[in-house]
Formats: sequence, C-alpha cells, structure tokens
Amino acid sequence: MIPAPFDYIRPASVEDACRVLADAETAGDEVKVLAGGQSLLPLLRLRLAYPSALVDLGRLPELRGVADRGDHVYIGALTTHDEVMRSGVVREHVPLVALATATVADPAVRHRGTFGGSMAHADPAGDLPAVALALDCVFVVRSSDGEREIPAAEFFVDYLEPALEPGEVLLGVRVPKLGSGWGFHYEKFHRTAQAWATVGVAAAVRRGDGGTIEEARIGLTNMGPTPVRARVTEVALRGVAPSPSGSNGSDPLRDACAQADAGTSPPADLHARPDYRRHLARVLTRRAVGAALG
Amino acid sequence: MTEQLDAGLVAGRIAESGQVSEPSAEREMGRARRRKEDARLVTGRTMWTDNIQLPGMLYVAFLRSPMAHARITGVDVSAARSLPGVVAAYSGRDLAEEQGSLPCAWPVTEDIVIPDHPPMAVDEVRYPGEAVACVVATDRYRAADALEAIAVDYEPLDPVLDMTEALAEGAPKVHEAGNRAFTWKFAGGDIDAAFRDAPVVIDRAYVQQRLIPTAMEPRAVVATTDGDGFTLYSATQIPHVLRVMLAMTTGIPEHKLRVVAPDVGGGFGSKLQVTAEEVLALLLARRLGRPVKWTESRSEGNLTVHHGRDQLQRIAVAADRDGRIRGVRVELLADMGAYLMLVTPGVPLLGAFMYNGIYKMDAYDFTCTGVFTTKMPTDAYRGAGRPEATFAIERAVDELAHELGMDPVEVRRRNWITREEFPYTTIAGLTYDSGDYEAATEKALAMFGYDGLRAEQADRRERHDPVQLGIGVSTYTEMCGLAPSRVLGSLSYGAGGWEHAAVRLLPTGKVEVVTGTSPHGQGHETAWSQIAADALGVPFEDVSVLHGDTSVAHRGMDTYGSRSLVVGGVAVLAACEKVKERARELAAHLMEASADDVEFDGGRFRVRGTDEGRTIQELALAAFAAHDLPGGFEPRLDAEATFDPDNFSFPHGTHLCAVEVDTETGRCAIRSYVAVDDVGSVVNPLIVEGQVHGGIAQGVGQALFEEAVHDADGNLVTTTMADYLIPSAADLPEFTTDRTETPATSNPLGVKGVGEAGTIASTPAVVNAIADALRPYGVRDVRMPCTPERIWRALAEAEVTVPAQSRAAVPSTSEIAPEGGAR
Amino acid sequence: MPRITVSVDGVTYEEEVEPRLLLVHLLRDRLGKTGTPVGCDTGNCGACTVTLDGRSAKSCSVLAVQADGSEVVTVEGLARDGRWHPMQEAFHAEHALQCGYCTPGMIMAAIDLLRDDPDPSEEAVRRGLEGNLCRCTGYTNIVRAVRRAAAEMSRVPHERAPGAAEGREAAAS
Repeated sequence: MIPAPFDYIRPASVEDACRVLADAETAGDEVKVLAGGQSLLPLLRLRLAYPSALVDLGRLPELRGVADRGDHVYIGALTTHDEVMRSGVVREHVPLVALATATVADPAVRHRGTFGGSMAHADPAGDLPAVALALDCVFVVRSSDGEREIPAAEFFVDYLEPALEPGEVLLGVRVPKLGSGWGFHYEKFHRTAQAWATVGVAAAVRRGDGGTIEEARIGLTNMGPTPVRARVTEVALRGVAPSPSGSNGSDPLRDACAQADAGTSPPADLHARPDYRRHLARVLTRRAVGAALG
Repeated sequence: MTEQLDAGLVAGRIAESGQVSEPSAEREMGRARRRKEDARLVTGRTMWTDNIQLPGMLYVAFLRSPMAHARITGVDVSAARSLPGVVAAYSGRDLAEEQGSLPCAWPVTEDIVIPDHPPMAVDEVRYPGEAVACVVATDRYRAADALEAIAVDYEPLDPVLDMTEALAEGAPKVHEAGNRAFTWKFAGGDIDAAFRDAPVVIDRAYVQQRLIPTAMEPRAVVATTDGDGFTLYSATQIPHVLRVMLAMTTGIPEHKLRVVAPDVGGGFGSKLQVTAEEVLALLLARRLGRPVKWTESRSEGNLTVHHGRDQLQRIAVAADRDGRIRGVRVELLADMGAYLMLVTPGVPLLGAFMYNGIYKMDAYDFTCTGVFTTKMPTDAYRGAGRPEATFAIERAVDELAHELGMDPVEVRRRNWITREEFPYTTIAGLTYDSGDYEAATEKALAMFGYDGLRAEQADRRERHDPVQLGIGVSTYTEMCGLAPSRVLGSLSYGAGGWEHAAVRLLPTGKVEVVTGTSPHGQGHETAWSQIAADALGVPFEDVSVLHGDTSVAHRGMDTYGSRSLVVGGVAVLAACEKVKERARELAAHLMEASADDVEFDGGRFRVRGTDEGRTIQELALAAFAAHDLPGGFEPRLDAEATFDPDNFSFPHGTHLCAVEVDTETGRCAIRSYVAVDDVGSVVNPLIVEGQVHGGIAQGVGQALFEEAVHDADGNLVTTTMADYLIPSAADLPEFTTDRTETPATSNPLGVKGVGEAGTIASTPAVVNAIADALRPYGVRDVRMPCTPERIWRALAEAEVTVPAQSRAAVPSTSEIAPEGGAR
Repeated sequence: MPRITVSVDGVTYEEEVEPRLLLVHLLRDRLGKTGTPVGCDTGNCGACTVTLDGRSAKSCSVLAVQADGSEVVTVEGLARDGRWHPMQEAFHAEHALQCGYCTPGMIMAAIDLLRDDPDPSEEAVRRGLEGNLCRCTGYTNIVRAVRRAAAEMSRVPHERAPGAAEGREAAAS
C-alpha cells in the first residue's frame, strides 16, 4: 500500500527540528518525527497514520553514536540498532542493551531502525522499552525551551505514548552502568523469528559473594500498555540462593518468580490471551534470571 | 543484382554456421540439471506482471468493504472523479450491466446452489474486502488517494461466521437460497456392517483451519486493447482456462482475447482462479480504451485472494483388536465462503477418495456439506482436499495405535496395501497403479533413527523432562495429476484434464517445445527440455520451452493438482515421438531405405546394419530446405500431441517428524524431519527435492503457524504478514529427504506428481508428533495451528496429573478472553 | 518537490520526488529497476531488500528522500562483466529458488550476512535470513547456497560491488 501525501522537512540541526515541531504545534499540524522509519513507514503505508509532515532527523550526526560517559553509556537517539549491538562500549558496559537489541526485528530492519525511534514509538511489544525500564535509563529530550531529562519510569505513559511533549525531540538515552557482579539476559518468546514478542523479560541480576542474589531488576515486554517492572519478583529474589533445579524438588528461583506477573495488565491479541501471558511471564522470568546468573 | 534468397543457399549457410549441434546420446532422465529459469531470476531480469509498462497505462485501485456483510445503500464516486490524475471512478452499480458473474466450473451436485457472483458488489457485500468501487488514475499513488474520496453507505447485516450455526434453523442468510450449498455423498462397502460390533471405534473431530495461501508475488493484472482484440497479462496459473472463462464472462469473443502469464511468483492454487480483478481490468480497458494495471498489496491479498482449507471434520475408524481397519466414516462441513468460485465446491471432493489413505478396508462412507459464510471464498490451496483427508486418517490411525497399545508404524503395516497387491482398487474405487509402502517406510525409519528416538522419548518421560519428545508418523498417498477427463466428467467437473504439447524443429536443429502447462516456479523449462532432449537425441541446451501465452501455446489446461509432468510432460514426450516418426520417414527416404529398417539411437537415424545415418539436425535442415522429400511429405518435422491419461497419479511416502515440546511454555520445535517419497521415475531429482522441501514447509506452516482469524464482526484480523505468520528460515529445521522409485504404470515416463506431496504428508506428521509428546499428560488433541498457547492450554486442561515440575499452571477462567480480541 | 541524487547500481540519478515516494517505487516505477519486487506492506517479507550505503535495507520501508545522497545496489548490480556474483551462482547451483520472487531480496540479504560472518553455521544463516520469507523452497537449499557462496567467496573474493562500502561506523558523540 501507499502512504497518504505529507510534507517532508529535513532540519539542519536539532534546534531547527525543535523550532519546526513547535511551529507545527502552534499551527495545529500533525507532524511526525522520522528516525529510521521502520515502524513508521508500515503505519503510513497501511494508512493508519496521516501526518501532515515528517520531520526527518536522520541527517543529524549529533543524534547518532555511542559514548562512554563514566557512570553511564550515552546512546544517541538516531544510533541504529545495528550500531548499538556492535558497539564495544555497549557490549562491555551495558550488555543487556546489546542482548535485547540483537533480538529486534531482523538484520535489515536493524540497519535502519534506531534506538531512540524504538523508545519514542513506545510500543510495549518492542524489546527495548522493557530494558530501559529495568536499567532505569534516563531520556534526554530537548525543545525550544531547552533540555530536560525523563526517567524511564515516567517515559512510557501509555500504549504508543511516550512522555514527549509536542515540540520535543529525544536526543538520546543515558544507560546507567550497573558496575561489577551483574549478570544479564533478555528472554524473548515469540511465535516466529520475526514476530513481535508475545512476552519478553529483561533481567539484570547481581549476586553477592556468598552466591545469593543481592539485587535484581526485571523489565517485562508486552505485559501491559507500557513496559512493566516485575517489582514483586525483584523483591522476592533478594537473598535467594539459587540451587540447581530438581536436586530436591524445590526451586527457589521458581518460587521467587511465581508472582512475576503481579501488577501487570497483559493484552489479549492474536498470539496470546492474558492468562497465558501471565503464565509466560512467570516461566520466562525464572529462565531469564537463571540465564543472567550464568 | 540482388542476392537471391535461395533456400539452398540459406540451407548451406546454416550447415556451415556452427549453429548446428551434434546429436546427444547423454541421458537426461534422472539428471540433476540446474534450472534454465534461474538466469533471469537471480539477476532480476524477470517479467513479473507488475513490471509491465505500456504507453498511456493507467492504474486501478479498488475500494473494499470494511464489513463482512452489509447492504449497500449508496456509493458516491463523484468527488473521486474530480481529483487530479483521476481518469475514472465506478461503483458496482455503474458496471452492473456488463460485469457478468464470476464462474464456478464445478457444480458438484444437481441441486447445488450457485449464487450470482458479481465481480464488484452492487447491492450487498458478503465478505470483508469485497470490491465496492474502483478508481482509475494516472499513477498508483493518485489511485490510492482517490479511494478515500469515495463515500459508501452500508446498512450492516448479520455476519455468518460459524458453519454449524449457519446451518441452524433461522440463521442469518448469506444468500436468499440459504446457507447450504450442497451435500455430496459417497459410499463403498457396507459401512453399518463394518461398525456393527466393531471392537474398537476411534471417533474424532478435527478442525482444518482457514489458510491464506500467500504466494510471494501478490496478484497483478494488466489489460490492454488495440480497439479490436484484448490482451490480459495476469499473475495466474491458468492462462488457458482463464481465456475461455473470461470470454464467457465478459462477452469478448475468445479469439479476440489473448491471455499471458508472464513470470509468475508462486501460486499454490491461489492463482488457479478467475478473479474479479481480471474481469474488471478488461472491462476498464474496454471502457477507457487505454491499458490498465492493478497490483495487489499484501494486505489486500490476505483479504481477497481465495483462502484454503476451512473444514470441520468428523472421522470414525472401526477396527478389530489386532489393528485391522474395518471401515471409515467421514462427515465434513466445508466452508465455501460467500460464493462458489472456480473450483470451490470441488475441493472437498478431491479429498473424498483419500480418507482411506493407503489402507485396505471393507467399507467407507463420506458425506460433505458445503456451507456459505460471510468470508472470502475458499478454493484450491496446495493439496486441495487431500491434505485434509490425509490429516484426518493419519491422525486417526495414530489414535488407533495408541488405543490398541501398538506402535503407530505397526498398525499401518497391518493395514496398508502390500507391494504384491498392486494394482489395487481401493474401497473408494480408485485403482492405485503402483507403490511400495514397505520400502519407503523402511528407508525412512532407518534414516530417522526411529528406535533411538523412541528410547530417548521413554527416557524423557521417565525423567519427567519438561521438554518432551514426540514422534509423528505419516504414511500418505494422494491422487494427483488431474487428468482423466472421463473421471473428471463423472464428478461433474466442467472441463477435461488433458494436456497439450507441440514440438518444433527449427532449421538449425534447435528445438522449441510449446507446452500448455503454465509454470510459476516449478521448473518446466528445465524438465521439459530434459524430456525432449532425451526423446530427440538433441543437447539439453538446444531446447527452449515456450509457455504461458495463449497466442504461443494455444491449447492447454495449465498447472495445478501436480498435473504438469504426469500429463503435460508426457504430452511433450508424445509430441517428440511424432516428430521422430516424421524424421524416420524422411531419413528412410534420403537413405533410400525402408522406414522399418531405420532405427533411432542417440539422435541419429541409421539403416539397420549399416553405418549410414542422418542426425536429427540434418533431417530438420532437410525438411526446411524441402528439396528432396518423400511424396506427399509436408516440409516440416513439427508435431503436436494431446495426452489424456487413463488414471490419476498416486505418489506416496513416509514422513517422520520428531518434535520437542516445552511443556512449561507450550513451545513446539521440530527437531528432525525425514521424508522418503516415491514419486515414480524422476526427470530431475534437484527439482523433485525442492518441491518436497517447499511442500513440507507449507504443511508445517499449517500445523504450527498459520490461520486466518476473523473477529466477532467477521472482519479478518490477519491482514498483514505481521499477523498471518508464515515460517522463516529461522523457524524451520533442515529437511532430510530421500526417495524410493516405483515407476507409475499409467504413463510412459513412469512419473508421478510431486508438487503437493510434501504438504499433504507433513501436516499430520507434525501434529501426530505433538500428540505423541503430550499423550502421557492426557492430552488427546491440539487444534491447528498448534501454537504455544494452544499446547499450554491443552496441557493445563488435560486430565492426567503429572509431577509438579512439568505441570503447567491451570489458567484461571476469569482471564480467558475470547481468542483474537484486538489489543 | 524535493530533488534527490541517488546512485543505483553505479549510475547516478537526479530525481524530483514526492516525499512519500517509497524507495522501491523509485527503483521500479521511475528508474526501471524492476529486478527488486514488492512482497508486502509491513516490512516483513524482505523481497525488496537492497543494499543502501553498504548495508541491507528493505526498500519498501525507506522513503526515496531518505536515500538522497546514498548508494543503492540492487540484485541487478551484482554481476561483473556478465559474471554472476558468487551468491547468484550458489543460488543457481543449489536450486535455492523456485518461483524466484523472494530471490533478489534473499540474495541481497545473504550477501549482507556474509559481510558480518564470512563462514556462517547453518544456524547463523537461518537467523540471519529471518527477515526474508520464501514460500517455495522450505529454505533448506537456501541455507546450502549461502554456505556454498561463503566457501567460494573465501576462496576467491568477489570484486566489491559499487556502494558496497563499509557500513557507516557509529561516531561517538
């Protein structure tokens, strides 16, 4: 299918982009920001969106790239998935981001799709929002009024709705380095390789010297209109000494993950009904935590 | 003085040109020739219908119903007409007088209800996506835009979605005549006797879900007229059938209509159709006097390419305690969708003779009722009726084995037709000409490592491994090579099943084979070249195959039902034989011998017992020069042949599938898959293997991934490839394939059809494996597609208590929302 | 209308395009590069895969204006002096295509895959091609073809196609 007509604006700078977006807001025009376009173009082709203009940020080098900033890794919004998953900095310091990014769509889509685009699309079935939530990333945005920071916990407002005000551009994301002792895993469950996650679990787990879990961060994909933290399980995992499953029939990890779905409101769609998603969240959280522990 | 175009001079130049090959004695039959077709396909020099650009061409877009069932109370296209670039816009009412009714060629019973089927809806829409208006514009972008300016008023009517409810008293009607299209019955033997006092009866209900064929190339049509005649280019499997059907539908005289199937990107039955868009494109070209093109989008195609399967099956198998099958009774409801299209009602009949499978039995009883619903019509999809039949009997036989505590292979062995018993006339009245089920099964079991896998399965069960192993068996046969015209006639099919070929010898000794088959990925250009090269003794490279254009290949019945080789390929051989007979007569004349004394070997005609001979290339030149011909001999070697075999083709084989089922998540992964097929003699093993691979993949798709889903209002939910899931490379294993070769006795090549075999065999192999894995948990069946959620739910609801660590949690009923609800 | 400059298979084109024009329609309808087909409208099937500045991209999910200043290589630009790319040869040799509709995209995706992993395992090939759907082959022969091409290319490196430059590296900001 074929998109409806729209104007195309290629701002020369971020300031320029913010001005364009602000003007559009004033004029009441519905403009959309174009990053890699891998989610937006299918929507336009199916005529599920009718923007009056696209503001293409794809030519702004200042939005692209990965930097080691001491206590965090900064990922420019327009950095492609492919660049993120290959980045040595990302792989060394925030490996959960690389692990989850490698499961996004397929190689060709990862060459065009961007880290910030996926975040700003705020699709709870996307793999990266749950990671951002689990790692307490900070979103750096700019408008004509200046820059502000939005914690991940506040960024994903509702289904496909980020906390970006009209006129705001996502510049990049600060991904905190968690330090040593952490293990990571992204467990994605989908019906075919290129299908969206039915449920995904982003897990970061820190083990103490004694081998018991001291801290866990769990983000859930596609378990509600936004990504969700499995807070009850995070608490339950603290102090758990993982033992090999089946040795005496007990599995403390499984027990700790038995409420991984608490506080979620999973959707019903073609691929799963809510009770199955809840079940998957429990099983997959157990698996993700186990894998993160190595 | 101008050079005289002297035939002898030309002939002399040809002889010296280096163009003329030596004959070839190389045997082509059975040779893994790489395909001739590939050159254009791997370099992008293809001619897909959408690639065609004609001067002044216009682009068509259709406005489609957003409702499953509604009365059309008004269509206003005036605003669309005034948009820039828009040449015309029409409603169904505007075209009502000339658009005719789309044909159904298979009225399976005398009292069948065949509703009028306007290509564009006029008063009522009966399925989601039905065309209600169209726009013709100067480019495809403007055409798409203009659709949004058309206003349609609908008065919603009740959708008819469930077949059982559709047949109930007082149900909303799809058509005035009611929702029952036909009931067709067939019986052999005394079914009551077979079931009376039967020690074991397996009685099961299976759902053949609705599938979307999903050929990779979306449909496309280009129609053009020179003011007198018309040419229609279409991504079709059936240019010849289409020509005559379109002539009847549109009123364009048959001789004024040329139909071309250019490169066609897959069909699988979905392009075996006379479509609304083809008819409308011709009407628009006629009205506007300009070429028009329509190219489908994928989401449009998911809605409006005919769908496949969609049957509710009830199968009962009566057996003795030793496993001997006494009889099989089948009751089907087959979803026709909203209309009967080209062979819609015939699809279940193609399965009707296959529910007995490869087994001997005393009695068989079959009833099928075709039901109208407010969904896209169903029609042929790879296997068409036979996958459904094979699934039901192979699933039921596995259940019988379980019931009797026997190995599923052993139950089959006790019932199948043994190799000594061929030819064998089955309870369904078909005569299977040849087969060797023992050989194929033994080979498959050895390749699969059956005993080892059974041991591992026992071990995993013992250990309560959360990942269980299941083994599925499918020993199938099928009737294909849609042919015997006499039989098709007795089933009320509206056409014959012959195939035509012409063979032309060019002056340089090169060969053109003209075939009435219409390939769309199968590789006929390669295989037919091999047949002709063998028959005529010419090099493989010296043959070209012409097809898919009714002005070039004027007679044909096209490609579907695994018929091309067993009917069309044999026609090529028959035409070559006629060429050879003409060449023999000419050779005898030139060598002053009796034709009876001239023998043919490796492309050379020799007088028996002498060294004197003529190559076929020399004879082609001699016929062209025509200086010295026998009396009354027409100056050509060319010949044509039409072949109509006496019987269907019955490929068979044994497919074995091992799956690992994660009982915690319900995920099923195929661990290994072995297929040993017997497709008779083989022309090109490379092509045969490819057909089997692809067939298996589509059958696996039905088993695990694919389903057309409608919501409660009757709208299709799976309109895109993000929703209707077909497997990628990452979702399938490597398939291990091999063959046994039991030549068919029904044709001189000894070949059997292969196009549908993999699809027919694989679906029950996969689902049997899943059922086998889950049987200890008390799971009796999982509905297709066997999604993780369905497997999990089946486990959760099963009767048998299993140890906690491998037990799925029981879902709370309060959370079970209806399937397919939108987010 | 925006004016763009784009190189396709080594030829530079200057075109005025509607902003909404998809790259694949620029290729097919404007430039006559019909070797790249369209198979879906959601970016799932991969039939339209080309390389864009050296990396695979689905040309149905890229606007022509986004390709301004870029180099595009399609399946039509792979052969050198009439000699096929080893991947084209391998697809032919292994019977890795039937109808051939997915083949241009499959070949372009497979070439891209080998840039990252010159000797991929069967598993790596399957995962690497997850964005390209084929309905005919069941993929078994496609996997064989990609591995065959990998072996051939490690033996005799194919001359680099125009535009097949290294992918743009991420610059740290």
